[in-house]
Amino acid sequence: METFLNIELGTWMFLVIGAVFSGYAILDGFDLGAGTVHLFLRKEESRRIALNAIGPVWDGNEVWLVIGGGTLFAGFPKVYATLLSAFYTPFILFLVMLILRAIAIEFRSKETMLWWRKLWDITYSVSSTMVGFTLGVVLGNIVIGIPIDQNMIFKGGLLDIFNPYAILTGLTVVALFALHGSVYLVMKTQDKLADRLDYISKIAGMLFTICYVLLSIATLIFVPHVLDDFKETPVLFAIPVITLLLLLNERRLIVKKKYWLAFMTSATLTSLLLVTIAIGLYPNILISNIDGAYSLTIANSSASQKSLGIILTFVMIGAPLVLVYTLFLFRTFRGKVVLDEMSY
Amino acid sequence: MDVEILSRLQFAFTIAFHYIYPPLSIGLGVALVVFEGMYLRTKDKHYEQLTKFWIKIFALIFGIGVATGIVMEFEFGTNWAAYSRYVGDIFGSALAAEGVFAFALESTFLGVLLFGWNKVSPRVHFFSTIMVTLGSMFSAIWIVVANSWQQTPAGFKIVGKGMNARAEITDFWAMVFNPSSVDRILHVWIAAFLAGTFLVLSVHAYYILKNRHVEQSKKAFGAILIIATISALAQLVTGHGSATGVAENQPAKLASFEGHYDSLAVADMYLFGWVNNAKQEVTGVKIPGGLTFLLYQNFTTPVKGLNAFNKNDRPSQVNFVFQTYHIMIAIGMALIGLTLLALILWWKGKLFNQRWLMAVFSFSVVLPQIANQVGWYSAEVGRQPWVVYGLLRTSDALSENVRAEQVVFSLILFTLVYMILFGLFIYLLNKKIQTGLEPHGTNKEYAPTKLTSK
Repeated sequence: METFLNIELGTWMFLVIGAVFSGYAILDGFDLGAGTVHLFLRKEESRRIALNAIGPVWDGNEVWLVIGGGTLFAGFPKVYATLLSAFYTPFILFLVMLILRAIAIEFRSKETMLWWRKLWDITYSVSSTMVGFTLGVVLGNIVIGIPIDQNMIFKGGLLDIFNPYAILTGLTVVALFALHGSVYLVMKTQDKLADRLDYISKIAGMLFTICYVLLSIATLIFVPHVLDDFKETPVLFAIPVITLLLLLNERRLIVKKKYWLAFMTSATLTSLLLVTIAIGLYPNILISNIDGAYSLTIANSSASQKSLGIILTFVMIGAPLVLVYTLFLFRTFRGKVVLDEMSY
Repeated sequence: MDVEILSRLQFAFTIAFHYIYPPLSIGLGVALVVFEGMYLRTKDKHYEQLTKFWIKIFALIFGIGVATGIVMEFEFGTNWAAYSRYVGDIFGSALAAEGVFAFALESTFLGVLLFGWNKVSPRVHFFSTIMVTLGSMFSAIWIVVANSWQQTPAGFKIVGKGMNARAEITDFWAMVFNPSSVDRILHVWIAAFLAGTFLVLSVHAYYILKNRHVEQSKKAFGAILIIATISALAQLVTGHGSATGVAENQPAKLASFEGHYDSLAVADMYLFGWVNNAKQEVTGVKIPGGLTFLLYQNFTTPVKGLNAFNKNDRPSQVNFVFQTYHIMIAIGMALIGLTLLALILWWKGKLFNQRWLMAVFSFSVVLPQIANQVGWYSAEVGRQPWVVYGLLRTSDALSENVRAEQVVFSLILFTLVYMILFGLFIYLLNKKIQTGLEPHGTNKEYAPTKLTSK
């Protein structure tokens, strides 16, 4: 096994993929969440402003998903194969929702008929919500483990996938994104619209708190193996505690109208949730609930050492570049949204 | 139907649909760089109008390209899990490079390109336009490298046996510069330039016919005609390079291109024809020994025929490969003729009075599109029965756990969504073209807030 800074390349790859998906959840999370709350904005102008608040950035945000998929394929081809074929139907729905969402954003304002805009508004909102939900369902299943046989092949059916725990995880993700997205929208808007979004963000914050507490209880009851890692290293218990404290603090920040801090807090919350899951999984990636020995681990499912070295080099060169592009983009479009001739 | 046929159908359908858009984006990107560059140099308001008009069409095309592209990445895992395990070590690094180095570049600067006209300086905007175009060309590099590796694998070793066999990378640069990469990247790029430039030519030819935006359209047509002509001619060179490569590395595919069965015979080149695979006969008009001449510059060297291969190791759809290949070449020739004719008439100052030629150009947009589609069909069907040439059979590449009804469900879903999507795309594209260029100084809204009717 080759190492870099005393850590195996496979573990580095695990960390990198985790970081990319965190980045995806933080970035696309707010624009998906903006979609979820879209229908709660009533006036046509409000909806256009909300849509244009994510207009220049949503596509760049979605690229993080493409990079995440690419690095997972490259770093852990066996995980990629098993995961995507196991969740065939949810992923197909997820893809169709991503397509519908993209065209809804692109098409909605191109005609001036009321029915046309209503149709695409509903499509946009439902698809944004479903994207977060299906990802949450997949995540929930990854946490509790899925039926995988000794050849790394999925042996379950649709009902195994849509189990109560996974659905609860899906709802939690939707609530988190709605919170994250509505706080983002408050920062990009003003006057009455900002007040309305402030109100929506408070409700989303409440719903997410409920979901998070329920999910934590469900995890303790139904997913004992997650506890094992925490028992071994009790200091890790700090993470879920910090998560909960941050969440309560975020809701306080919204009341105090410190939206930028609140936005950064929900970004941190998002990555902490994924970190918690990653710690619970490590060194497994996909847990088999048929026999623990069939699980896909970092060691048995990674690409060759040579390939890992190549991809990690790409990431080291590419990550600073992507960071610079992203900062440039967000800087260019900072401040409140003003509709102009080029707007959606 | 079995899972293999269904999964192949689904992949073919989703990739063929996707492939309408990225080549248009690449080609239109080049046109945008030209228009915006001319505007910055000359301060001619016509070029500003042209740039803004084509940015809006670019937005429409690019958006659909991204949405339908993500599907492709995920389908490797959903439908072709065994393939993903087999090639992940190699294919994955190309796909990761595409995401990190190409998609991130193009999609971030896209935000500035589409929404930044009034937010950044003209220079920064122009820079963003160039970055988006470069990004889309980079993404073509990586995905064509990955596909070329499937055609001509290099820089790898096989590890494990039977179900656990997989390719592991040994030499990254040998993988990237596998024998067919460079020829095919150039061929794909130029095909994309043709797709984009012919869209521009066809819209402006239409305006000239309709006597709208005549001044602007003449400027646009002239500038883009030069790029289109160079591309059409260059495509002949890269096409020849590709074919020579196929002869060397994938002789069964080359034999299918011309329906050539007998290995001891000199190979003919057909202008058009029909292959009877059962009788191993081709009926059509041919240049005797033409293929031999193209490959070896003589009329005597025999070319390896389909019969040199075991029936299970060579393409079964020979006529399909033959037809798609010949349609591509016929269109390529037609584009050369069309652009050269237009260029000569332009030189003589008579081009824009030829109403018939403007009418031909109005419809010419479909030609590179068809050529792009059929070119890929012949490349991919010609590789069968292999998904990785000589190493992994398509029938061994499927997801083990996915059942036929699941693929039927997804295939129907994609078909429905894509049909609606295509209908809307044509409708909105036509609407943009009918609306036309905005007169300078009128900041008419792209998307008005005021609603007109229920």
